[in-house]
Parts: sequence; structure tokens; C-alpha cells
Amino acid sequence: MDDRSTPLIDIRNLYVEYLTNRGPVRAVENVSFAVKSGEVFGLAGESACGKSTIAHAILRVLRPPAVITGGRILYKGVDVLGLERTSPEEYRNKVLGGVTRKGIGSSAELIERYRWAEVSMVFQSAMNSLNPVVKIVHQITDVLMRHLDIDRAEARRRAEELMEIVNIDKRRLEAYPHQLSGGMRQRIVIAIALALRPSLMIMDEPTTALDVVVQKDILQQIDQLKREYGFSILFITHDLSLMVEFSDRIAIMYAGEIVELAPANEILNNPLHPYTKGLLASFPSITGERVKMSGIPGAPPNLLNPPAGCRFRERCAEWTGVDIPRSPQLQEVIPDHFAACECKYGRADHA
Amino acid sequence: MPEAQMVGSSLEVRRPLLEVRHLVKRFPVGGLFGKKQLHAVTDVSFTLDRGEVVALVGESGSGKSTTARLIVRLYEPTSGEIIFDGKDILKTEPRKASLSFRGRVQMIFQDPFGSLSPNHSIGFQLERPIRIHKRARGEAAVRAKVYELLETAGLNPPEEMARKYPFELSGGQRQRVAIARALAVEPEIILADEPVSMLDVSIRMGVLNLMHRLKEERGIGFLYITHDLASARYLADRTLVMYAGHVVEAGESVDLMDNPQHPYTQLLLSAVPNPRAGLRTREVQARGEIPSLINPPPGCPFAPRCPRVMPQCRHTMPEVAQVGPDHWLRCHLFPPG
Ligand SMILES: Nc1ncnc2c1ncn2[C@@H]1O[C@H](COP(=O)(O)OP(=O)(O)O)[C@@H](O)[C@H]1O
Ligand SMILES: Nc1ncnc2c1ncn2[C@@H]1O[C@H](COP(=O)(O)OP(=O)(O)O)[C@@H](O)[C@H]1O
Ligand SMILES: [Mg+2]
Ligand SMILES: [Mg+2]
Repeated sequence: MDDRSTPLIDIRNLYVEYLTNRGPVRAVENVSFAVKSGEVFGLAGESACGKSTIAHAILRVLRPPAVITGGRILYKGVDVLGLERTSPEEYRNKVLGGVTRKGIGSSAELIERYRWAEVSMVFQSAMNSLNPVVKIVHQITDVLMRHLDIDRAEARRRAEELMEIVNIDKRRLEAYPHQLSGGMRQRIVIAIALALRPSLMIMDEPTTALDVVVQKDILQQIDQLKREYGFSILFITHDLSLMVEFSDRIAIMYAGEIVELAPANEILNNPLHPYTKGLLASFPSITGERVKMSGIPGAPPNLLNPPAGCRFRERCAEWTGVDIPRSPQLQEVIPDHFAACECKYGRADHA
Repeated sequence: MPEAQMVGSSLEVRRPLLEVRHLVKRFPVGGLFGKKQLHAVTDVSFTLDRGEVVALVGESGSGKSTTARLIVRLYEPTSGEIIFDGKDILKTEPRKASLSFRGRVQMIFQDPFGSLSPNHSIGFQLERPIRIHKRARGEAAVRAKVYELLETAGLNPPEEMARKYPFELSGGQRQRVAIARALAVEPEIILADEPVSMLDVSIRMGVLNLMHRLKEERGIGFLYITHDLASARYLADRTLVMYAGHVVEAGESVDLMDNPQHPYTQLLLSAVPNPRAGLRTREVQARGEIPSLINPPPGCPFAPRCPRVMPQCRHTMPEVAQVGPDHWLRCHLFPPG
């Protein structure tokens, strides 16, 4: 992987709020990270810390009451949040590498194309979102025919190919969702996400509802497909062991903010942020000595009214007593390893 | 080995507090005449004593919850014996569990949201079992007991917590209330069905450590039901592995997980995320999912997926064999004797 190449997708200082009648929920605060080509980038954190919100922002599917109140998202250098204002020429040059394609004449078409052909997503509990009264084959061919200039016979042929790719007997194309196991349905959702050969796949808790054996099987398969087709993955989960096993780099989120960002082995072997350490102390090991684990006392703050300064402070085992009036900023503590903890690493204001 | 003791040292003279023997539960399913049967639990035997944590692990649908529900009589067993404190309660309490039994064996459910009444304060919900089971008399004594329970469960300050309603609490706090409520009757055994599965990861250890403390300090015995093998290894003295309604392997937790013998246990363990091993180091050796439990074919339920299947596996269920000081399994690769 070439570190200096432009990242595939670059999220810069993203802010998202949900405007509720009890006030704004500050779900995502000043989040920045980039996913490189061919990389599996993990976004880990407890429920409600903002993981899905970021994914939805990237895919451009956030709906009111969500509002993006700041930041930029650049996909191959194109401003994703401003796709409405992107000219087909710019999109063609930057995203399609100069190749002319049908269906990018209007901004609506352009967004739709970005959404499936460039970035696709396996939504949280997607396996339960397949249309129960539509045969699998039509759920797949519909997507293909909406985006590609192909007839039904060709779409069917591609659907069979996709089933093969995710290891399901193609005769199952004739089945309805309820006739398939949870694992199979999840594989079909993955097949649909793969259908247009996107460069980035966002997988939001893709295996959370599945048993471990099925989970492992599916992740191994995704890993193999990734190596075959070379797409990048934004992998979202609350299961840190799974995340460390599957990702190249990991961002740890807490209450809407990224508190640490580093290569997976660094997160595991040299965690810097007290929250990351606490999370690691929440997963007992399946091997080795049985040691007492503490987890983290307390519970995450309410994002309707998050505390000023460090949001983790009241649960932190390493708080020094120093008041940090503003949110701690991520800084590169050691090369390629970032942490946002000013008690321990000070503040890099010159950046 | 005494036939009932899939888990348990056969040398002990004193009988364990709870002994489950050959427990079977079949649910009639489908059709007007309901001829089909779903074999949810088949021939499950184990023991659970005071001051001991026994884990029941397995994938979803393997029969874990049904086993616990049979013990507290939410379901009536199809056959088998439940010996509690020396008495076969299915015979001595044939219709439903007695107040005395319910005062000694409590159950905690997975969903900390659904298991508390939204309309009553936490204090009220803890007072009820204290009064019903007469664990304290008089207003002041009941109050004091409520505060003590809240404190034990780590819900501080107790006076304030008692006034709160479930919606004002986090998931972890609600599960602590559920534990406090189970403790209110001063039980000897608590059956905890996935008590931390719905909680956020950072607060799970707090609840598991609370259970550990109650076992150590009060000698409460726990049946810890979970699909998370790592937490079973962490908390439980012994672990039973269930597959399709059968206990296929059982033993001292660390030994069982470090030296799994049954091909299913091996498969299950190889699939548990282990960051230090990496994703590709151990390939999954078997595909497929739990077979249908409706009128299942004879033989070992794992046979259709088993990488080491032999002809006899497809027609007879193996007998229990002992393979270590406290390590038992049912697999034709290990014939008894
Ligand atoms: N439609 C919505 N309306 C109001 N608040 C929301 C909505 N969706 C999400 N939130 C809030 O935004 C925060 C982040 O949610 P989410 O991105 O789903 O977190 P995660 O995926 O990490 O569990 C949470 O506090 C959640 O309650
Ligand atoms: N009340 C019931 N009626 C019919 N089938 C049931 C009932 N309860 C459980 N089952 C079935 O029994 C099997 C075992 O379920 P359960 O004990 O809940 O498994 P686990 O707790 O291990 O996930 C499953 O196939 C389930 O569908
Ligand atoms: Mg989410
Ligand atoms: Mg269950």
C-alpha cells in the first residue's frame, strides 16, 4: 500500500447533528480519517457513538432530522457533499478516470451512481431488510438493471455469477428471503453490495446478528473477495476483537469523536488512549491465563448535552485532574499512531 | 460415572444442590394435528452446586434458554428429572414450582428493558419480592433491605436509585436492577440467560464481575447462559457446550477451551475472534448451520457437518465418555470405557 497516494475517501472535520425536539444530538464531532485503496479501515466504538451516522453521511443517505453542520468528504478528490454541484465532466475525469459512462447526465443520476457503483453499503441488520415478497433473483437483477445498460437475460447471468461469488447455490435465486437462513441472507446482501463492483464497501456490523461460525465464514469470504477485486472496506463494529482481526487500521470512537487512530496491531499491543485501554479490558481472551478484567465504570454521556472538554473524563482511570476546556485533538504521538488525550500527551496547537 | 453427571466430580459424597437428569423438551409444531415435534432439548444432564458457575454455551437455537426455562418451570419438561436439594421437584411439585423453590432458584433474562415494569419505581420493584417471600418485615426493614440490594448491585446512591424509573437508567444499570431483584429473595441459585449480551461492551465486565463476587461472597450458584465463549471461560468454573439440543462436551472451562475434543467444540472455538491469531491462521473447517430440530434423523446431530464423521454417527447417538478428570463428551471418536 502506498501511503502517499491520494486516499480513496477522505473525511475531514465532519460534524453531524440530529435536530430533535429535545435539542440537537451532536452525534459526530470533528471526525477526520481517510481510507486508502485496498485497505480495510475499522470504525470501532460502543453503540450510539456515531458509527452508523458517519457511514450514512459518506453514502449520502442521511435524512432529516440529521444535518451535516460542518466538514468535507472527498471521494477520489470529488466533493461528495457537493455532488449536486459537480459537473459530469469533473466526475468523469476524477472518479471514472476519463471514461464515459451512461447515466451521469444529471446530478440525481450522478449521486445514484456514486452510491452504488463507487460506494456501496451493507446496512446494519440488512439481512432482515430484503423484501419478503420478492424472489432473491429479482432483488439482485433490479439493482443491476437500474444501473447498467443490460437486458434481463444478462442481469440474470450476472446474478448467478454473484451467487457463485458468495458461495450460494444459484438455484437459491428462486427462493424468497424467509426460505433462507440468516447467514445466507446476509451473503445475498453482500452480493448485492458487490453487484456494481464498487471501490469502497461500507459494512455496518455485517455479522453482529450471526453466530460465530457463520460470522467467521462470511468474513473469510469477504477478505478473499477483497483481495480478488481490490476494493476497500470501511468496517464498522462494536466487537473490538473482531475488528482487530479483520482491519488494517482502526479508529476508535467515543461519544461522537475519534479518540485514537492507528494500525490494528498498534491498537492491540500499544493502545494510547485510556478509553481504548478500557475497551481492550472489556474482552476476555479465549486463550492464555485467566486474568481479572475491569471493563470501564459508568456509561457513555448523553449526546444531547455532552460534557465540555474531554467526553471520556468522568469514566477515565487516568484523568490527571487537569481541566481540558476544549475537546482534545488527535495528535500523532508516535508515527502513524494518533490519540486525542491532552492529559497525557499535551496539545499540539501549532498544527 | 454416575449417569446423571455429565459435569461434576463423581467422587463427591454430598449431592450437588441442583441435578438435571436426562431432561427432554419437545414442542409440538405445525399442522392442525400437530404430529411434528421440535426437539429443543434432548437428554441434557448436569449438576450445579452452591458457589459454582456453570456456563451453557452454544449457537442460537441450541436449546440453552429452553433448558433454563424448564428448570424454573416456565416450560413443562417432556421427560427427565430435576433434583433440587435431594427431591425430584417434577414429582413433589407436579403442577408448578412452589413458593419455596422460587425463593431458592431465580432467573435473570437477556433483555434488561423488557424484564422491568416501566410503571413502577426501582424501589417498588425490589420491595415486591421481599414482601412476597417474607425476607423482611415492617416498612423500615424492607426499605433497608432495598438499599442494601441496590448497593450490592453497585447502584449508588441507593436512596436515589430506588426513586428512579427504568427509563431513567442505562442498560447496564437495568441489568443490575434485574440482578438486585433476583437477589431480593436470597436465592441459592440464579439462572442467568445471556445477562450481558444486550449491554454495551464496556459495561459487560462490570456485570460479570458482580456475578463473580456474589458467587465468591455469598456462595450463590450461577447457570450462566451465553453464546460468548470467551466470557464463559472468564466466569465459569465449568462449561457445557450445546448443539441442537444436546450437550456434546462438558468440562472445567479452561481445560475444555484449551483442549476441546469434540469436533463441534473445536469448530466453535476456531471461529471465535482471536486478534492474536489473525483471521487467516485458522481456517473454518466446517460450513453449514444447525440442522432442523423438527423430527430430526437419528444419530449425532453434528454428523452432517462433521469433518470427521463416521458411518455409525449417522444412526446412533454416542454415549457419554470421560476423557479427563472433569472432561466429558459425546462423540463416537471417544467411545466410553
Ligand atoms: N434519527 C435520529 N434521531 C435522533 N437521534 C439519532 C437518530 N439517529 C441516531 N441518533 C443518535 O445519534 C447518535 C449516534 O447514533 P449512531 O450513528 O446510530 O451510532 P452507532 O452506529 O455508533 O451505534 C446516538 O446518540 C443516536 O441516539
Ligand atoms: N415455545 C416454543 N415453541 C416452539 N419452539 C420453541 C419454543 N421455545 C423455543 N423453541 C425452539 O427450540 C429451539 C431451542 O431454542 P432456545 O432454547 O431458545 O435456544 P437458545 O437459547 O440456545 O438460542 C429453537 O429451535 C427454538 O425455535
Ligand atoms: Mg450503528
Ligand atoms: Mg436463548
